[in-house]
Amino acid sequence: MTALSALIRRDIRIALRVGGGALIGVLFFLTVVVLMPFAVGPDLALLSRLGPAILWLGALLASLLTLDRLFMADHEDGSLDLITMSRTPLELACAAKALAHWLAAGLPLIVATPVLGLLLNLDMVATGAVALTLLAGTPALTFTGMIGAGLAVTLHRGGLLMAVLVLPLSIPVLIFGVAASQAAIVGPMTFGAPFSILCALSLVSLVVGPFAAAASLRHGLD
Amino acid sequence: MSGLDQAKMQLSGRGVACVRGGREVFSGLDFAAVSGEAVAVTGRNGSGKTSLLRLIAGLLIPAGGTIALDGGDAELTLPEQCHYLGHRDALKPALSVEENLAFWADFLGGERGDAAASLTAVGLDHATHLPAAFLSAGQRRRLSLARLLTIRRRIWLLDEPTTALDVAGQDMFGGLMRDHLARGGLIIAATHAPLGIDSRELRIGGTA
Repeated sequence: MTALSALIRRDIRIALRVGGGALIGVLFFLTVVVLMPFAVGPDLALLSRLGPAILWLGALLASLLTLDRLFMADHEDGSLDLITMSRTPLELACAAKALAHWLAAGLPLIVATPVLGLLLNLDMVATGAVALTLLAGTPALTFTGMIGAGLAVTLHRGGLLMAVLVLPLSIPVLIFGVAASQAAIVGPMTFGAPFSILCALSLVSLVVGPFAAAASLRHGLD
Repeated sequence: MSGLDQAKMQLSGRGVACVRGGREVFSGLDFAAVSGEAVAVTGRNGSGKTSLLRLIAGLLIPAGGTIALDGGDAELTLPEQCHYLGHRDALKPALSVEENLAFWADFLGGERGDAAASLTAVGLDHATHLPAAFLSAGQRRRLSLARLLTIRRRIWLLDEPTTALDVAGQDMFGGLMRDHLARGGLIIAATHAPLGIDSRELRIGGTA
């Protein structure tokens, strides 16, 4: 446990320091969402109808933006060698790294959502619904993205490859995330059904992600 | 030093073969090292010195042959009992000297010594709060050496360990290696330059 908490604390600390990845994601999210009303125009009804989708797209792209560095930085400076050799199973180390990434880069997106909801003419209930679905869904984005990050480590130009590999995996999360938000705002579906599937997607990725990422890291040893 | 298992230990490889990128680097390599002994792996560039260390560290899969450790900790795998000091120093520029060292001590676990004492031993005690980004190449190497001292592992796998160290640093490192061997440690070092301690030579790839 000391080993894992040390890894989580280190990654969060690096992300929060100058040049770390935590702020980049939030700033990107902010940019996408702030620009959207200017692009769509002053149609308030349209904005509030598109709001959940815009917030979800912004969060998805923002979390992909920083994910490719998840293992790359450790690979480049040799830390990954030591992590692979250590007494901590690689699967757990991967899970710890993904958790740290989510805490540093995913959670701030959710915190920023209520503020950005104002710009998209979303009321309190709608903003709350979107924030809740993001809270349930962004772990799935991080943990499936981790698989791509693991594969990208050994390939040059891995960043581009990662987007291609990970995007199909994140589509179900996007669909059910937006569906659950829409259900809470306009109906007619119940909120529970898509939200449960969203939670299930997150839980499955929590289990599958670390094993798949560790397997791809081991396979890519060189 | 307290706690280090003084039992006799032998690291041996039999018929080890290494293939990188479809090209055979070496094959049929036999080697053995016992505790208290340093082995200097030599050979021309590209002969597979680093590959051999990475094979022992479990970071490469041998294409043939076996590598085994007798007399080590039966509960741990060979890589888990090794320290690997590679070309890349596993330091995070955003973290301070102290934080870098403390992280590896916490993460690698096992028996650990005093981090502050190790930093003093490698001559970095004046820079503990400095971010690693501001360290020179030699200082980064010294910080990596502090990791070997802080967390106790019996087997040291060193890849060109004296690179970037000044003359005083090489003397200091020679002393650290002698201490490690005296405690029953085992060192396998890939090197071009003399190690600065008594060592047995393992030559890879003929006499080129």
